[in-house]
Formats: sequence, C-alpha cells, structure tokens
Amino acid sequence: MSKPNEGVEKVPLHLADPHHHKDAIGAKMGMWLFLFTELLLFGGLFLLYMAYRLQYTQDFVIAAKELNLMMGTINTIVLLTSSLTMALSIAAIQRNKKTLAIWMLVVTVAFALAFMVIKYFEWTAKIHHGIYPGSPDLLNMPNGEIIFYGMYYSMTGLHALHVIIGVVIILFMLVFLIRDKITQHDYIKLENAGLYWHLVDLIWIFLYPLFYLIH
Amino acid sequence: MANPTIAEKFESYLDYPGMKKGLFGWIFSIDHKRIGLLYLVSMVLFFAVGVTLAFIMKLEMLSPGKDVVDPQTYNTLFTLHGVIMIFLFIIPGIPAVFGNFFLPIQLGAKDVAFPRLNLLSWWLYMIGGIFAIVSLFLQGGPIDTGWTFYVPYSIRTTTNVILPLLGAFILGFSSILTGLNFITTVHRLRAPGMTFFKMPLFVWALYSTAWIQVVSTPVVGITIVLVIIERIFQIGIFDPALGGDPILFQHLFWIYSHPAVYIMILPAMGVVSEILPTFAKRTIFGYKAIAYSSLAIAFIGYFVWAHHMFTSGMSDTSRMIFSLLTFVVAIPSGVKVFNWIATLYKGSIDLRPPLVYVMLFIFLFSIGGLTGLILGSLATDVHIHDTYFVVAHFHYVMFGGTIIILFGALHYWLPKMFGRMYNEKVANIAAGIIFVGFNILYFTMFILGYQGMPRRYWSYLPEYQTLHIISTVGSWILILGMIVMFWNLIYGVLKGKSAGDNPWGGTTLEWQIQSPPIMENFHEIPTITHEPYYHAAAINTEDNKHKKIDEGENE
Repeated sequence: MSKPNEGVEKVPLHLADPHHHKDAIGAKMGMWLFLFTELLLFGGLFLLYMAYRLQYTQDFVIAAKELNLMMGTINTIVLLTSSLTMALSIAAIQRNKKTLAIWMLVVTVAFALAFMVIKYFEWTAKIHHGIYPGSPDLLNMPNGEIIFYGMYYSMTGLHALHVIIGVVIILFMLVFLIRDKITQHDYIKLENAGLYWHLVDLIWIFLYPLFYLIH
Repeated sequence: MANPTIAEKFESYLDYPGMKKGLFGWIFSIDHKRIGLLYLVSMVLFFAVGVTLAFIMKLEMLSPGKDVVDPQTYNTLFTLHGVIMIFLFIIPGIPAVFGNFFLPIQLGAKDVAFPRLNLLSWWLYMIGGIFAIVSLFLQGGPIDTGWTFYVPYSIRTTTNVILPLLGAFILGFSSILTGLNFITTVHRLRAPGMTFFKMPLFVWALYSTAWIQVVSTPVVGITIVLVIIERIFQIGIFDPALGGDPILFQHLFWIYSHPAVYIMILPAMGVVSEILPTFAKRTIFGYKAIAYSSLAIAFIGYFVWAHHMFTSGMSDTSRMIFSLLTFVVAIPSGVKVFNWIATLYKGSIDLRPPLVYVMLFIFLFSIGGLTGLILGSLATDVHIHDTYFVVAHFHYVMFGGTIIILFGALHYWLPKMFGRMYNEKVANIAAGIIFVGFNILYFTMFILGYQGMPRRYWSYLPEYQTLHIISTVGSWILILGMIVMFWNLIYGVLKGKSAGDNPWGGTTLEWQIQSPPIMENFHEIPTITHEPYYHAAAINTEDNKHKKIDEGENE
C-alpha cells in the first residue's frame, strides 16, 4: 500500500502485455480479502449456533454427548499437523529445497485425506444409528437436538467441502512445483494456498470445541 | 516513447488486432474495458426482461380482479421482477460496467489487479443469471416467494426455489470477486503521485462499495445455502416445525441486503461527484467530506438492517435503537447532497444531458431519501409497512437514484467508450419524458400506500382504482421515454458523429486519453501532481491535452 504501482514497469507500453504483471503483495492482499469473506461465511453459521445454543442449552448438551470425542480429537491433531507440513513446504521452497517442498505437500494431502476418511467413518456411524437430517429417529427427538444435528451436519459438512477444495488446490500446487512454476523467487501461489489451508484448519479449531468439547 | 499528435489515431480496444476474432474475442477477453461492455450488454438485456415483467404487473393493476394474469402468475411476476432487477441489474450495475471500464483508467493503470478473476466474475454473473431464467421453464413453475425468499414459505412452496437461490449464491460470489479485485486495484495500481486524496470521487465510491461487497455478501451466501439445505435435507435450522427460527433468517438476510442498498446507491453517488465538477467547470466542493461520507455510509449501513423487520417481532429496545441508527445514516447522505449543491454555486454551469440526469437524480433521490425517514421512524412504519408507500420509496431511491444515474453515466461516458456522440437534444427530451412518467407512476404509489393499499396484492378495493389507472399510464410514459433514450444512445454509438477525446471538458484521467481508449489505456503511465477536478490546467492547455499526459500534467 505504501508503494503504489509497484507492478507497473516503466517500459514502453506497446511492448508490454497490459494484462499480465507480477505483484506478489497485491496477490496476497486479494487472498486475505477472500479469506475474510470465508470467515464471514462461517460467521453466519457461528451466529446461528450461538442463538440456538442459548435457546436450547439443555438439548445441545445432551446431543453433544452422542458425538465421538476420540474421532474429533484425532481429526484435530491430523489437521493441525497438516498445517505444519504446509508451512514447512513454503519454508522449504524459500530455501530452494524443491524435493522437500514437494514431499511436504504430499504429506499435507495425505493428512487431509486421513481427515476425510475419519470424518467419513464418523458420519456413517451416526447415519447407521438413524441420526441424519430428516430421518424418522431424529424427527422424534426434541427440537433442540434436531437443530444441534442440523448445525453439526451443515457446519462440518461445509468445512469438509473446504477440505476437499483445499486438497484440489494443493494438488495444483504440486504440479506447479514439479513444473517449476513455483520457485524460490516466485512462490506466492504456494503461499496463498497455504493461507487458505490454514484458514480451513482455523475454522476446525473453532468447530471442535463447539461440538465435541463443551457439554 | 512516441509523442502522439492529436491527428494520429491508435488502434482502440474495440478493434485490437491481438485479440481473438468475433464473439470469442469478447467473452474470453480479460481486458477490463471489454468486460465492462460485456456487463453492459448482458445487463441491459436482463433490464429489458425486468421492465417487461413490471409492465405486465401494471397492466394487471388496471382494475380489481383479473385483467391479464391469474394470482399465482402475479406472484411469480413480482418475485422475478425483484430478483432480476436487484441481483442481475442494480447490484452489479454501475461498478460492473463503469467501474470495470473507468476504475483502472481513472487510477492511471493498465488494467485491474486480477484481470482473469475479472473475466471469471462475468462468467459467474452469466451462469447465475441463466440459472434464474432456466428455473422459469422447469416443472413446478417459477419461484413465487418474493425476492426476499422469506422462510418458512420458501421451504414449503412447491415452485422452483432451489435453482434461483443457487443463481443468487453464484451472483453473490461474482460480486465478491469484483469487490476484492477493486480493493486490491485501488491499493496497488494507483499511478505515481495518485495519493488516496487525489483519486477521483468515483473511485472513492467504488472503493467503499467494494468493501461492502466483500464484507456483507458472504452472510447472505450462507443464508441462501442453508435454505437450499433445509429444502433438501430438512435440517430444521429455519423450519419452525422443527424448532428453527424464521426471524433469524430475516436477520441474516437483511444483514446483507440492507448494506446491498448502499452497494446500489454509492457508485451512483460517485458518478454524480464526477459529472457535477465537469459541467460546473469548477472543482468539487468539499472533496474530503464527500470521500469520507462514502466510507461513513458504508460503515453505518451495517447497523440499520433490522429496520426492515419492525413488524416481524423484535423487542421494543432493539426496534428503537435500529430506528435511531437509521436516522444517523441519513447524515452522510445529506453531506453529499449539500456538497453537490454547493459545487454548482457560482460554477459556469453547462446544462448538457449528463447534468440533466444528475438534476433528476438530486430531485428524485431527495424524495426517496426523505420518505425513507418516514419509514425509518417506528410509529409511522408500523402503519405503512408492507404498503405501496414502501414500494414507491424504494423505487424513488433505486430507480430515481441508481438507475437514473446509470442512464446519466451512459450519457457521460459512452462518447469516451465508443468515440461517438449521440443527439443531445433527443437525450434531453427523453430525460424529460422519463421524469414525467416516473413521477406519475411512482408518486401515485405514495398516496395509494398512505391510503392503505398493500404491496404484492393481485386485486384491490374499488376505491383505489383511479390512482392505479394513473400509475399504469405513468408506466407507459416511462417506458416510452426509456425506448427513446436507448434508441438515441444506440444510434449514437453506431452512427453518431465523432465525439473527440474530451467532449465535456472533463479533468479526470479518462478524458486525457484517446476515445475510444487504446488497449493499454495510456501510452505512458501518467504522473499525478494535482487534485482530480483541477480545471485551470485543462483550460490553459486546451489544445495540447495529449501532451499533458506525456509531461505528467505538471506544467
């Protein structure tokens, strides 16, 4: 912000392509703005969670005890570690260690997939017990528990969708790394992907206590 | 660096040889000027659909009972009229067309910060629009919930709700991408010397708008997604039968949709601040006050949403607080109007078509704004809530404000965008017809609403008929005026005489370059040394404007 126009070189403009310029600070600024909108997207859900928790405190406590604390905790550890490997990948490319950066991304993807697998078992276990939106068993429960599971499925579901999108993005970054589109001097793409991945992680850090820990 | 003389013409963005030929050269172009025109064409088409729907509705209102459509069709008509006009026309509106085209030029940049993202925004916009249109023809029939999609009706009705909702979500995404693109552009791509307080006020308005787009759109995004999930999976979050709370939906909906009102009006106010100094031939009065008031409107606009819900069921305390805050937001709007009037004072006023539209705007928007205060005060709102008074109010603000200025912006900037001039006399006549038709159409609605005519009703009591007939006749006059205006503009763009580079004597950067602009906008990035509306420089160097760019305007 303090250095306006850094991206525009002072060259004869006929020769320069008007639509392509490199501006790492600008790219990162755009990414932060996008992350801001993601926070607000989940913010709406957190607001609803708060309102319904106040309205149906007792039902929320009962329903939360049904969730599998062990699986939630393992997933938290998995996701936090994947954030670490993501950061290590960026640190590696900054030091021009391409192979290490690639391996760190592979590990990140592996952790992300592990998260999804655990999530899958957690959800299917619930569904086997007849607890899913619109199920006869759930509709017989008190309203507060219906809402709790409604919030649970929509919030963790939306988060899982973000994990999947994150995996796709990281796979793209892998290709870019292998093809040297991301280098020691131009790694803003990887850095932005990292920012996105940390946001996915951060949102889970809030979901975990809200659903699994507070009783 | 070649020094272009006035006679020498460079290849403009309209026929740039480096682009793909034909349609693909447009729909896959990442040039901000071409994308601006893409938006313009697609938006005018959607606007025509919206006007047609409104025209049929007004016909239906000619007498009580059935005239042309049955009640269910009427429900879908007002829903689609709202959805198309709001999500597809006014919200993208001025930023998408004129923002895309002129923001980089006014900043002295070659393009926006993320050109490819910009193209993606347009594509998302089209996909969202197509979703809304396709839903009309699918089984179940067109959506009939009203543009607000209020639950629980929107989760119970059997009409096609999911597709238009998905369309609205995608349009929101498009809007967010445009917003973050503009914010980054303003921060990163200002020409050397272009400090924040040397930016044209249109840029300030776009900047404030972009922040609203980024901050409030995600909230309605998640709300819409939840309604879709609710319809498919019965999660119960908004369904009162399962313990959900419909009022929460209204809160989340208006947390976006009230600031969205400022997404619509702020850019229009920015255009007014551009046109006035050009035709008053003097600098704007109170530059900083206008710039800051844009930010103030954007900020306060967040804290007034619940004034849409005074009759929905809220505590008295919160209703009073929201009523008070609603009055507060009128202050920055007032600051702007007073500064505009002061700009005209002792200016050498040149009453050309763009200024005529600004005059209409100040008049109509003032009526819209002042009736807004009547609605904002709690006691009167309870009386006239959900009546034609509200309909008249927001049409005075949205149509009389934003769309009139969109027309004004077309008259102001089309000569720059295409290099050709329309017939000014016809333009003034069209503005006159529009003004007359507009007031006949909507002012009668104030009276109808005050007498108790509820909005969205298909039929009415016989005593309202006279006013309804007057109003319908007004709609015909208004449409006639718009046809004349568009015909004149289109004819001017295709066949008009050459406009020259600076037909109005404007001082901002877009008037210092060739019309229509070259692909790179500038031969050399200008250096900015004085405030945007500095007329003395323009008058002194009337005949070497081109030279000024190269010398960085620092004579």
